[in-house]
Amino acid sequence: MKILVCITHVPDTTSKISFSDNNTKLNSAGVQFIIGPYDDYALARAVELKEASGGTVTVLNVGEADTEPTIRKALAIGADDAIRINAFPTDSYFVAQQIAAVAKEGNYDLILMGRESIDFNGGMVHGMVAEMLGLPSVSPVMKLDIDGGKATLSREIEGGKETLELNLPFVAGCQEPIAEWKIPNMRGIMSARTKKLEVREPAQAETKTKLDNYELPAPKGEVKMIDKDNVDELVRLLKNEAKVI
Amino acid sequence: MTDNTIAQPEAAGMNFEYGENQKMVADMCRDFAEREITPFRREWDETQEFPVPLFKKMGELGLMGVLVPQEYGGAGFTYFEYVAAIVEISKADGAIGLSMAAHNSLCTNHILTFGNEEQKKKWLPKLATAEWIGAWGLTEPNTGSDAGNMKTVAKEDGDHYVLNGAKNFITHGKSGNVAVVIARTGETGDSHGMTAFVIEKGTPGFKAGRKEDKLGMRASETTELIFEDCRVPKENILGKVGEGFIQAMKILDGGRISIAALSLGIAKGALEASIAYSKERQQFNKPISSFQGIAFKLADMATKIEAAELLTYQAAALKHAGKPMTKESAMAKYMASEVAVEVSTEAIQIFGGYGYTKDYPVEKHYRDSKLCTIGEGTSEIQKLVISRALLK
Ligand SMILES: Cc1cc2nc3c(=O)[nH]c(=O)nc-3n(C[C@H](O)[C@H](O)[C@H](O)COP(=O)(O)OP(=O)(O)OC[C@H]3O[C@@H](n4cnc5c(N)ncnc54)[C@H](O)[C@@H]3O)c2cc1C
Repeated sequence: MKILVCITHVPDTTSKISFSDNNTKLNSAGVQFIIGPYDDYALARAVELKEASGGTVTVLNVGEADTEPTIRKALAIGADDAIRINAFPTDSYFVAQQIAAVAKEGNYDLILMGRESIDFNGGMVHGMVAEMLGLPSVSPVMKLDIDGGKATLSREIEGGKETLELNLPFVAGCQEPIAEWKIPNMRGIMSARTKKLEVREPAQAETKTKLDNYELPAPKGEVKMIDKDNVDELVRLLKNEAKVI
Repeated sequence: MTDNTIAQPEAAGMNFEYGENQKMVADMCRDFAEREITPFRREWDETQEFPVPLFKKMGELGLMGVLVPQEYGGAGFTYFEYVAAIVEISKADGAIGLSMAAHNSLCTNHILTFGNEEQKKKWLPKLATAEWIGAWGLTEPNTGSDAGNMKTVAKEDGDHYVLNGAKNFITHGKSGNVAVVIARTGETGDSHGMTAFVIEKGTPGFKAGRKEDKLGMRASETTELIFEDCRVPKENILGKVGEGFIQAMKILDGGRISIAALSLGIAKGALEASIAYSKERQQFNKPISSFQGIAFKLADMATKIEAAELLTYQAAALKHAGKPMTKESAMAKYMASEVAVEVSTEAIQIFGGYGYTKDYPVEKHYRDSKLCTIGEGTSEIQKLVISRALLK
C-alpha cells in the first residue's frame, strides 16, 4: 500500500505570535516550528498501517527550504521518503493544487493529512484535493482500519459518530485518537538523514486570495475572582463591565 | 558524523549552534519527558521509586545505548547528541538523568571500551535496549575519593575469581541486571592491582544490600553491592588483569561529561522555571522580573550556564576527536555542577516562599543539584585532577 501523508510546518502552540513587514508576514524569530499536530496523528497512523501490513509512506510538504527540519522529523518518525514542493503555501487552494499534482503522479492508495492546520485552521485542503482527484474525502477521521482494498473508518459528526466503509483510494483529514503521536527514536533520527527528500518545483497553479495584513486579537482581560457569596457583585459586573446581561 | 555536530574547537569559525541531529534528539527527549517523566516525577521523588518501566521505554527510543554502535543494538551517536539528550532529560528530572548517565557512561561504556568482541556481543545489545539495566561499582564504604585503596578482593581460583567485600552508593545496585565491578587482584597501593569484572544478577554470592534514603536524586536507586565468595568466570574480566583501576579512571573521564550534562540540565530547568515565574509573579503591582535585583539574578544564572555549557562541549569535542580530555572533562564537571547548585539555589530565592514548597519544581532541582558536586568525583577531587594536570 502506498500512503501519502501531507504535513504542515506550523508554529508551536506556545509560540508568541507577532508580525513583520507591515503586518503581512509572520515574524518567525524565536518561533519553534513543529509538524501540525493533526498531521502528526495522520503520520502516526500511516506508519502503523505500514508496520502492520507493509507498503510505503511518503510525506509531502508544500513549503520553502526552512521546512526541511520538520520534514526530517517526519522521516525520523518512520516515513520512507519525502517530497517538498518548493513554494510558500500561499493559501488552501494553491496547496491543494500542489498536492493533487503529486498525488496524480504517484498513484497513492491512501492520502492522509490533518483535519486542519493549526496556523490558519482552514480545514479545506483535504476536500479540495479529493475534488481535484475525483476521490471521496472524509474528515475528521478518528479511527481508520484497512483490510485489503477496503477501509473502515469512523468520524465525528454533529452530535454523534459515524462509522463508514469505503474503497481505496480516498482522502482523509485525521484527528486524535486515530493513533498516538510517535516520538522518533534515535535510530529513526539517524536514518532520517539518509532517506530521500526530493525537492520539486511547484506545478502551475492559481492563488485565489490576496493577503492585506494580519491583526492580533485584543488581549484577554484579566480574570476577576468573585466570592461565591457575593452574587450581587457578579450581577453588577456582568451588567456594567462585561455588558452581557 | 562530523557534519551534523557542532564544530570542533580547533575549527576555524567556531559554531556553537546545535546540529540538526542534536536538535532532533533534544526535541525528542523534550517530548518524551513532557509525556512520560514530568507528570510522575514528584511521585517517584516522594516514594523513592526507581521507575524501571520508564527505562525500558527509554531503551526503545535508543536513550540507553546512545554511544553504542548500531551493530551492537545501540543508537550509534556521538557525545554531542549524548550531551543534548542528558540535558533535556535532566531538565525534567535530574534523577532520571543520573540513572541514564550511569547506565550509558559507566556500565555500558566500560564494556564497550574495554570488552572483547565476544563480551560486547554478549552484553551490549541487552544494555543498549534497556532489556537489562547496568550498574558500575567502584566506590566502597571506606574508599570514595580514595577508590584506589579499595578492600573488595578477587582471588584467582582455577578458571574463576572469587570476590569478597562490598561496594557502596551503587546506582542500580538492586534493579540492575548486570554490574561492572572493580576489585583488588594485587597489592594495596598498586594502581595496577585492580581488575574489572562483569557480574550478572543471580550469580551466587552476589546481592544488593541496603538502599540509601537520599536528599535528592531519589528516583535514582542507590544501593550497596555485597560479594560473599562470589565466583566469577575469567571470561568475564574486561581487558587485562590488573588494569581495572586504570580503566575506571578513563571511564570516569568520559562519565564526567555526562555529569556535566546532567548538571546543565538541572540548571537550565531551574532557570526556565525562574524566568517564567518571575514574569508572572507580581509584587508592588509589577512582575518581579521588572526589579533589577531579580533580573540580574537571571542574567548571572544564564551566563554561568552558558560558560559551563561551553566547557562541556569543549570536553565533548575532545572526546569525540579521541584526544586527551582528563583536565577538560574535570573542568566541565566541576564548573557545571557548582553552577547547578548556585542556579538552583537562586531559583528558590526567586520563587520566594513558593520555591520552598513542593508545589513548584525548583526545590527538587535544588536537592538534586547537590549530588552533582559529589558523584563521579567531588569538586575537590576535580580540582585535584585539574591542578595535577597544570603542575605536571
Ligand atoms: C547518588 C549517588 C550515586 C552514586 N553512584 C555511584 C555508582 O554508581 N558507582 C560508584 O562506584 N560510586 C557511586 N557513587 C559514589 C560517589 O562517586 C562517591 O560518593 C564520591 O566519589 C565521594 O566519595 P565519598 O562519598 O566516599 O566521600 P569522601 O571521599 O569520604 O569525601 C568526603 C569529603 O572529603 C573530601 N576529600 C576527600 N579526599 C580529598 C582530598 N584528597 N583533597 C581534598 N578533599 C578531599 C571530598 O571532596 C569530600 O568533600 C554515588 C554516590 C551517590 C551519592
